[in-house]
Amino acid sequence: MSQDSRYETVIGLEIHTQLRTRSKIFCGCPNQFGSAPNTQICPVCAAFPGVLPVLNREVLNMAIKTGLALHGQIRLYNEFARKNYFYPDLPAGYQISQFELPIVEQGELMIEPEGSPRKRIGITRIHMEVDAGKNLHEGIQGASWVDLNRTGTPLLEIVTEPDLRSAAETGAFLKKLRSIVRYLEVCDGNMEEGSFRCDANVSVRRWGATQYGTRAEIKNLNSIRNVMRAIEFETDRQIDRIENGEKVIQETRLWDANQNLTRPMRGKEEAHDYRYFPEPDLPPVQLDPARIEAIRATMPELPDDKFARFQKDYALSDYDAGVLTASREMANYYEIALRASPADPKSVANWVTGELLGRLNKEGLEITQSPVQAESLGALTAMIHNNVISGKIAKSVFAHMFEHGGTPQQIVAEQGLSQVTDQGAIEAEVDKILAAHPEKIAQYRAGKNQLLGFFVGEIMKATRGKANPGVVNELLKNKLAP
Amino acid sequence: MDATTLTLAQAAQALNAREISAQELTRAYLERIEALNPALNAFITLDAERAMEAAAAADTRLGQASATPLTGIPLAIKDLFCTQNLRTTCGSAMLANFLPPYESTVTARLKAAGAVVLGKTNMDEFAMGSSNETSFFGPVRNPWAYDRTPGGSSGGSATAMAAGLCAGALGTDTGGSIRQPAAMTGITGLKPTYGRVSRFGMIAFASSLDQAGPMTRTVEDAALLLQEMAGFDPKDATSINEPVPDYHAALGRDLKGLRIGMPAEYFGEGLGQESRTAIEAAMEVYRSLGAHIHPISLPMTRHAIPTYYIIAPAEASSNLARYDGIRFGHRCADPKDLKDLYCRTRAEGFGAEVKRRIMLGTYVLSSGYYDAYYRKAQQVRRLIAEDFSRAFREHDLGVILTPTAPETAFKLGEKNADPVSMYLSDIYTINVNLAGLPGISLPCGFDAKGLPIGFQLIGRPLDEATILATGHAYQLATQWHKARPEGKS
Repeated sequence: MSQDSRYETVIGLEIHTQLRTRSKIFCGCPNQFGSAPNTQICPVCAAFPGVLPVLNREVLNMAIKTGLALHGQIRLYNEFARKNYFYPDLPAGYQISQFELPIVEQGELMIEPEGSPRKRIGITRIHMEVDAGKNLHEGIQGASWVDLNRTGTPLLEIVTEPDLRSAAETGAFLKKLRSIVRYLEVCDGNMEEGSFRCDANVSVRRWGATQYGTRAEIKNLNSIRNVMRAIEFETDRQIDRIENGEKVIQETRLWDANQNLTRPMRGKEEAHDYRYFPEPDLPPVQLDPARIEAIRATMPELPDDKFARFQKDYALSDYDAGVLTASREMANYYEIALRASPADPKSVANWVTGELLGRLNKEGLEITQSPVQAESLGALTAMIHNNVISGKIAKSVFAHMFEHGGTPQQIVAEQGLSQVTDQGAIEAEVDKILAAHPEKIAQYRAGKNQLLGFFVGEIMKATRGKANPGVVNELLKNKLAP
Repeated sequence: MDATTLTLAQAAQALNAREISAQELTRAYLERIEALNPALNAFITLDAERAMEAAAAADTRLGQASATPLTGIPLAIKDLFCTQNLRTTCGSAMLANFLPPYESTVTARLKAAGAVVLGKTNMDEFAMGSSNETSFFGPVRNPWAYDRTPGGSSGGSATAMAAGLCAGALGTDTGGSIRQPAAMTGITGLKPTYGRVSRFGMIAFASSLDQAGPMTRTVEDAALLLQEMAGFDPKDATSINEPVPDYHAALGRDLKGLRIGMPAEYFGEGLGQESRTAIEAAMEVYRSLGAHIHPISLPMTRHAIPTYYIIAPAEASSNLARYDGIRFGHRCADPKDLKDLYCRTRAEGFGAEVKRRIMLGTYVLSSGYYDAYYRKAQQVRRLIAEDFSRAFREHDLGVILTPTAPETAFKLGEKNADPVSMYLSDIYTINVNLAGLPGISLPCGFDAKGLPIGFQLIGRPLDEATILATGHAYQLATQWHKARPEGKS
């Protein structure tokens, strides 16, 4: 990466989110993937003569939800429009979309890029539209197949302002947006499978310039990592051109993840005139404000609100609150664990973000696949808090739970790991150790204070870690006092 | 008794009284079609076998509680309504072999009521035309004069009805395609309020204007057909979810005190003298029935044709994009590549008028032209609709009475060289589509050549009942609708 500090990158995104409705947007066919080609279609999907689209109301609800989550203005009067172009995977010869009057305008999303202050990214608009089918080019020589199963899948297109300035900001934005659509349960956010797709408009300009440079639209970005890499490549490419006295051409470019570069898209370069006009088969959408309020009332708590609440109620750091609210599942896990150990939100947070996530990452598991149940992790933390076990023992109990299952109570009982807090029992061990090391006692008393650690270590060794460290320290200090 | 001379209402009565069976009635029509259709070319596809089966089923149903006034009634269906497993061509080579796997809502409702479908009638290609000459299947002849057009685009249904080849027919009307041919063939044709009848399964020409309606011998027959056709359809988002009144019951209304508007703009110099005289006589009939005639003005009228010829082709250019040779319909032989497939399929499958309108529509929607054409046309369209609502409101009108067409049936080939003069034959009907209002045409005389003249009654939105009642009263007082073109050719 050789980003030139004399230039600034300007990025705007278009994100297509496939909505998780039961049926398609304009007909009753199931909205599901993975079936044999052309088995999930009807005359409406295939745009046969005379058939008509009827809007799935659930799509409206999801669009409104997403608009509210992104603090957008919901247009009470919005309309569908036809975007006309010929392509075999577009059976009607037009895509039903929204153009002049989209359902949502003027939203925003706050991002927290690592190491940078919070930043507002404007959302220009969100509109509803229909996905196209797929052209398949494998299997027969000199021909292509058309699979219309995906035709009719509802999409929300989310368009940002050109407010992003780096690959890192763009990555933070996409992670945040993906987390929101997942919180809302409107989209599964899976970029690899194409249910959350992103095109990036990238341009560069000299620092301080007031006009935007010529942009390239980058497509074929199937992961957040690839979006970031493509932006970095494209920034360098455009700067190189400018530095070499060449012009940046406005064009569509495809990201090649194998070769780590973008290249001009071939075949579709002729400029399209989409001839948008209002869709005459669908009446304009007229929304009742009461309906919007009803939807607002059913909205789940969103990442930003959860973040603020976690900081306020649980006194968590930015980092902990950020990690724990990154997904609805993560936050749920934390709050369930916390129920078992309500007095110690900070150490529950540490256990989730530290031990648990570390181990899950290592095993390539999601929080929902954790072998350690939230209740168990909470119980484990409570046992530390209540001096039943030490932190050190807790780590081995955790490892046991992760590998073999079981509750901490069971494991501690079965393996006799309960901490010894009985003053008399510990004192006996302390005396035994002190008696064995008179020369070290002398050194300690002569001022070698760090030897305290040695004595603690010896006692813990002798008690197999079960002695309460607080009690051990207390006793040692008293007995070693000159 | 020649059963084919009965009105639909009379046939229903005869069926119900078991004076004739549905099978006899259907066979009578099929025989008449066999005799006359080769010359008239009203039907593109006949469905004799299934018609006889439906008639047999109707005979079982007649006399049972489930029978309706349409049970056993043989109908001719414009070949634009998709009929399951019965070829539906839309008058185009593009769909010459298209077998729909589904049924239009309108035909499904009529069949459910027990109606018998005789076959599919000829029409201008994709309903684009006013003379039925753009059909891939050849022009339809007017039974009143075989060298003349029956009008269009529902010319096949109009001729079938006028020549006694069916008891009732279905048409569709985007700019006058039911009313203009009804006037030119001496029958009754009703275009309902936009949204009153479902468009599901009707092959689209211009989605915001298309509307299905009955073409019949009498207003009473139109009421009987509309009763079964009308109503909300969950499969058509633009269909209106309002209760359907009892149209037949409304026919008995007295016209005393009815206020009829007569717009000056519809009686200007474009109107033929003989038509003017016949329509003025019709107004006299209404006066004698106790109605008041009020001169009104609809100043936006003159914008009808240009507005329509922007909006309708714009929608058509998009609606007809689906005919790409990939999933159904015509496909060119051995395409070299995708572009070749598109270009040759569409070049071969569409006729000249359809291509002209696709090009017009593509042009007016193009970037840089959209605001000047399409957006402006939509604004004018709104003003046209306001023109009507203001007139209805300010003069407290029940109906507006106008000519249906500027002239009587013209000769085949007469206007082919001049598309604009062809477009002008819909000048009195197009505004009604742009405003979404109901309109009906009924016969009111003949010109010196013996060709039928029609007039139009325009109603308030969803007030089909009033124009039906007004039309029915006229037919009770006159005989024009009873004239038949027997022996003419």
